[in-house]
Amino acid sequence: MPAVLEQSPSLLETAPETPAYLPAWFASRQQAAWQRFLATPAPKRGDETWRFSSIKQLDFSGFQKAPATSVNELIARSTGLEAPAAKLIFVNDELVHVESHLPEGVICLPLAEALVSHSDLVQAHFMRQETRLGSAKFAALHEASLTNGLFVHVSDKLEVEGTIEAHHWIVGENTVIFPHTLIVTGKSSKVRVVDIFRSADDSQPGLAIAFNDLSAGQNSKLDYVAIQAFNEATRVIQINETATSRDASAIGFILNTGASWARNESLSRLEGPGSRSDMLSISIPAHEQEYDQRTFQHHVSEGAYSDLLYKNSLYDDSRTIFSGLIFVDEGAHHTDAYQTCRNLLMSDTCEANSMPGLEINADQVKCSHGSTSSQISDEEIFYLCARGIAPAQARQLIARGFSVDVLERLKNDEVEALVLKFIDDKFDHIASRGA
Amino acid sequence: MSYDTTDVLDTETREAIDIDRTKGDFTFPERNKFDAGRGLTSATVDYISDVKNDPDWVREFRHKALKVFQDKPMPTNWATKDLENIDFDVIRYYLSDGEKPKRSWDDVPADVLETFERLGIPQQERAFLAGVEAQFDSEAAYSNVKEELTKQGVIFCNSTEGLKEHEEIFRPWFGKVIPTGDNKFSALNSAVFSGGSFIYIPKGLKLKQPLQAYFRINSENFGQFERTLIIADEGAELMYMEGCTAPKFETATLHSAVVELVALKGAKIQYVTVQNWSSNVFNLVTKRGIAMEDAEVRWIDCNIGSRLTMKYPGVIMKGKRARGEVISIALANTGQHQDTGAKMIHAADDTTSNVVSKSISVGEGRSTYRGQVHIPKHLKGCKNNTECDALLINSHSRTDTYPAITVKGNRHATQHEASVSQVSDEMLFYMQQRGLNEGQAMSLAVNGFINDLVREFPMEYSVELKRLIDLEMEGSVG
Repeated sequence: MPAVLEQSPSLLETAPETPAYLPAWFASRQQAAWQRFLATPAPKRGDETWRFSSIKQLDFSGFQKAPATSVNELIARSTGLEAPAAKLIFVNDELVHVESHLPEGVICLPLAEALVSHSDLVQAHFMRQETRLGSAKFAALHEASLTNGLFVHVSDKLEVEGTIEAHHWIVGENTVIFPHTLIVTGKSSKVRVVDIFRSADDSQPGLAIAFNDLSAGQNSKLDYVAIQAFNEATRVIQINETATSRDASAIGFILNTGASWARNESLSRLEGPGSRSDMLSISIPAHEQEYDQRTFQHHVSEGAYSDLLYKNSLYDDSRTIFSGLIFVDEGAHHTDAYQTCRNLLMSDTCEANSMPGLEINADQVKCSHGSTSSQISDEEIFYLCARGIAPAQARQLIARGFSVDVLERLKNDEVEALVLKFIDDKFDHIASRGA
Repeated sequence: MSYDTTDVLDTETREAIDIDRTKGDFTFPERNKFDAGRGLTSATVDYISDVKNDPDWVREFRHKALKVFQDKPMPTNWATKDLENIDFDVIRYYLSDGEKPKRSWDDVPADVLETFERLGIPQQERAFLAGVEAQFDSEAAYSNVKEELTKQGVIFCNSTEGLKEHEEIFRPWFGKVIPTGDNKFSALNSAVFSGGSFIYIPKGLKLKQPLQAYFRINSENFGQFERTLIIADEGAELMYMEGCTAPKFETATLHSAVVELVALKGAKIQYVTVQNWSSNVFNLVTKRGIAMEDAEVRWIDCNIGSRLTMKYPGVIMKGKRARGEVISIALANTGQHQDTGAKMIHAADDTTSNVVSKSISVGEGRSTYRGQVHIPKHLKGCKNNTECDALLINSHSRTDTYPAITVKGNRHATQHEASVSQVSDEMLFYMQQRGLNEGQAMSLAVNGFINDLVREFPMEYSVELKRLIDLEMEGSVG
């Protein structure tokens, strides 16, 4: 045992070092990002993008990166789809397992490897958009600190059967990870990727500052599913940026069951006519969990379609914030944009905040947004009771049905079943302590 | 398709959906006995207090408010940057001819009388109003209420008279619904307020005819800061209507009012505004009502004029089963920004609120809906419904919606819905097939869009609205 216990430095104190084998452009991007992180002021009360947020959750001092441990155990626990097209497992951002049955023409690599072998390709797509929903400082921290992630590139006209699956684990107390997922689809191609985020342990605090960057090429189809099931001592910032070219279609889905506090920022840029973006989310907070979701549907091009559906079922003292904006640029005529946030209130102490917004600078536009907050009506419970179902079970059934409605929009049975398993785990967890 | 490109439509549509903005565009020479000069310091506040012979508590209230105003930043972290164009140092904060409000139009100075004659006020009073107050710059020129109502205990006077002669009713509620520090402009108003109405309706009295106030700015660079307090005692009911106009000056003018409504148990207050300020007026108004048990407060709001309007009428539902409602129509033309909305604060069980907002953006006009609904944890049975619909006429028209809804606990229901649309080609084509020209068709479509809300306005009164909507004609066209 060493005489002096050496603490690894906190992530906020020293500039992260880019490993020497990575390309120079990436090292300079990381250095610039670190300077940007230092220069960007921290969010404060009164900032519109942090309205209703718990700013105190943003104190990340004391977290540090840690090497992977318990690797074999975690590989065994990394169950997901029955037969994924490829499977990657990361523990504390370190790749510990990889298997692939992907056809030629698909690049599916850990980001650290792709940066070396496909440097130009990664550079062309890596973090191109500006983070504008409030977390610019943390996006900069992510960019400066990330060491690995998932890079997927699909060639033109290649339709990938099956699903690429990545597991991201946090191990150890006060560990921070910076998972990065970059997916690029070529013309008329198709791919589906699932990211699953979990903690090795039930109680050790962790931090994840994650980023997923989706770029759907012309006439391609890109589906992305994120399952966030960290333990309830972990905090999460997850930033999504999606760009769709002409006639492309992208689905971005996120399930939140874990974390003590999670902030999701999702931005879709509709860059080509005929493109489509579906932004979907299911959140089931309980105890004192807090989910803070901000979305932006940016219609740059005319004739594009975006549809957002977020559903929250709130238990106990949980809290949700939904702030969405549909932004139609001048000249983006013939836009169809929809936004719906529904809150199902399952306790008398939960709190749902909704800020659905529209900014329209074009005409010949069809836009609507809706937000509702309500509880299950007594009639519905009575109906199920009359069929011999106990009230507690009846409430669970209705809440499940309420969530599953979003899931069906994924239109893939295996992935739906996988997500549903996490949803049911959460409901079991809630039911087991008599909620 | 863009309507900018068809020039037939451009003029015709504009005429069809525009309203007569020239009606209020005239001015008379100023003949002010009292003028607080330009800019705002504590000397300005003292000057106003001296002229008005304020009691000490009012003077103190004004000075405190001035401090709050100076300390508060502009709310540009969420509001438009256009606010920064207000130059508080060139504004004139108090102007009056030193005359008391007259009870008879015969005693009103000829030019002031002519102003209000041209706006049609005396004629409307004879036709259907229970009482009228007409404000010219800082002070009321005319104030009268039907004699039998005075006998029944109705008080209808200006705020200066209210705070001096009815202090026992006025003071307990003054500044209570909207505290001085509520926002920068309520603080400004509290420091320099002058004019506005004080109304008290005694227990159980239900006014059959509406009371009206008319606000007129006559002088350039003038800031109008009226202060209205309306108290409806238990079971009382009234409808209050306000109209506003100003001539079009070269430079910007500021209107910043504070309106407080108090509806005691079972009372009902309807407050109707038709705002047609000229298009260089900054109209920054704080309006809020408090509704006790079983009481109801309704704001019916029509914003047509001004350069920038920021107005979010609110209702605090303080007693059980209280009800709040905001019905609003906004029309934003080129150079205008109508930033309107509603605040619904539920503070008791079984309270319900309803917000219906419709806006039309024409040319490069911009309309914004901003709303807040708050339902705290310890309550049950609260309900809110919010609907916002926006209609865009031209390709450079703009509309935004920013609601915020907080619901705590599972014993409530809220719903919010918003839509944005424009008049479809099919709709116009259909109507043109039936012999309407494009302009008439557009006009009919716009009328249809706001038709259900227009019913909420008292028809006799809505002179300005009439041309916009032409309700009576609707059945007979086509």
